[in-house]
Amino acid sequence: MTDDLILRLSRDLKPVSRLTVLRRLALGVGLGAAVSAALTGAILGFRTDMAAAAGELMFWVKLAYTLGLAGVALWAVEQLARPAGRGARRALVIAAPVIAVAALALWQFAHTPPPLRPHLVLGDSSALCPWCILTASLPPLIGLVWALRGLAPTRLRLTGLMIGLAAGGAGAAAYALHCPEPTAPFLAIWYSLGIGLAGLLGATLGPRVLRW
Amino acid sequence: MLGEDKLRSLMLAGLGGDSGAYRTLLQALRERLRAYYGRRLDCQTAEAEDLVQESLIALHTRRATYDPAQPVTAWVYGIARYKLVDHYRRTGRRRHAPLEAAEDVAVADESEAVHARYDLEQGLADLPQRTRELLRSVKLDGTPVAEVAARAGMTEGAVKVAVHRGLARLAARLRGRAPGDEP
Repeated sequence: MTDDLILRLSRDLKPVSRLTVLRRLALGVGLGAAVSAALTGAILGFRTDMAAAAGELMFWVKLAYTLGLAGVALWAVEQLARPAGRGARRALVIAAPVIAVAALALWQFAHTPPPLRPHLVLGDSSALCPWCILTASLPPLIGLVWALRGLAPTRLRLTGLMIGLAAGGAGAAAYALHCPEPTAPFLAIWYSLGIGLAGLLGATLGPRVLRW
Repeated sequence: MLGEDKLRSLMLAGLGGDSGAYRTLLQALRERLRAYYGRRLDCQTAEAEDLVQESLIALHTRRATYDPAQPVTAWVYGIARYKLVDHYRRTGRRRHAPLEAAEDVAVADESEAVHARYDLEQGLADLPQRTRELLRSVKLDGTPVAEVAARAGMTEGAVKVAVHRGLARLAARLRGRAPGDEP
């Protein structure tokens, strides 16, 4: 009876590209991030000082941090999406950008006069920022769940965590186009918190939505 | 049973769109899957056969997830184990160990075992054919030395010596290579 099945599966066999996994992930996260960026612009509005911001180092540090986190997480997912892949070790690399930005934040904190420190850390939008990032992470998270449903992850919770972090990073990058907060401690705390919440959401949903 | 090298070349041809190679691959993998599920679901041949089919379909529809850098067998057993754990979860049966632990730990264990098996196959392939067959019968299949000797037309002593030398050469080759490394 499996003879029939094997005949059926091998008939009209289409060639498969080696880049399929990468392409699917890029498509899912890319479309999602584009939606997030469009919604950020439409609802919150992009920074009015964008031209000046492009000359600020912190604007680029924010993008590098959020996109770096997303990149590392996707690099791990590229293996986690394969049975017996080596994704778990890659997932640990996620600590690298976090440590780098935390170090930058501590350095900036130490070099700021004590009376200015509360504002350095809290900015004007700390209460809102993590929730905005979590919301902005939803479109890329949906895109990545779609991508993974055509692949074969076997460690669903870890894979869920990693697509959550990747979506959080992509969503945070979109949100950074609106957010004018210019300090490293703000980035290290409130951005990381929002991205972490997205990771938590992914880890919670993973075992349910990624089954195959 | 086809070895890793053969499976790999069939897999790569299949991914390139070669129907014939792909059919041979699926037939070979079916035998491996039958053995895999047969061992783990003793006496439940219908369930085992269902899982074989399910795994074949899964590995077909998700064949893009095969990474040419890893052994085909590691990939296939990764899918087989996932389907087995999923089956236990669905039927609410737990054997040997809690499934939560199995999901995270056992997948890695299996891949180690598969890599070891892969290394062994590679090492065996380097031995002369006669030595390889003797070694396989005596050490892997567990056939009594007397029986192997009778079949090969050798004395028991000669078989023992050949197996011993084969093992020594195999060990020397495996020591020269890190586990899981490509040859």
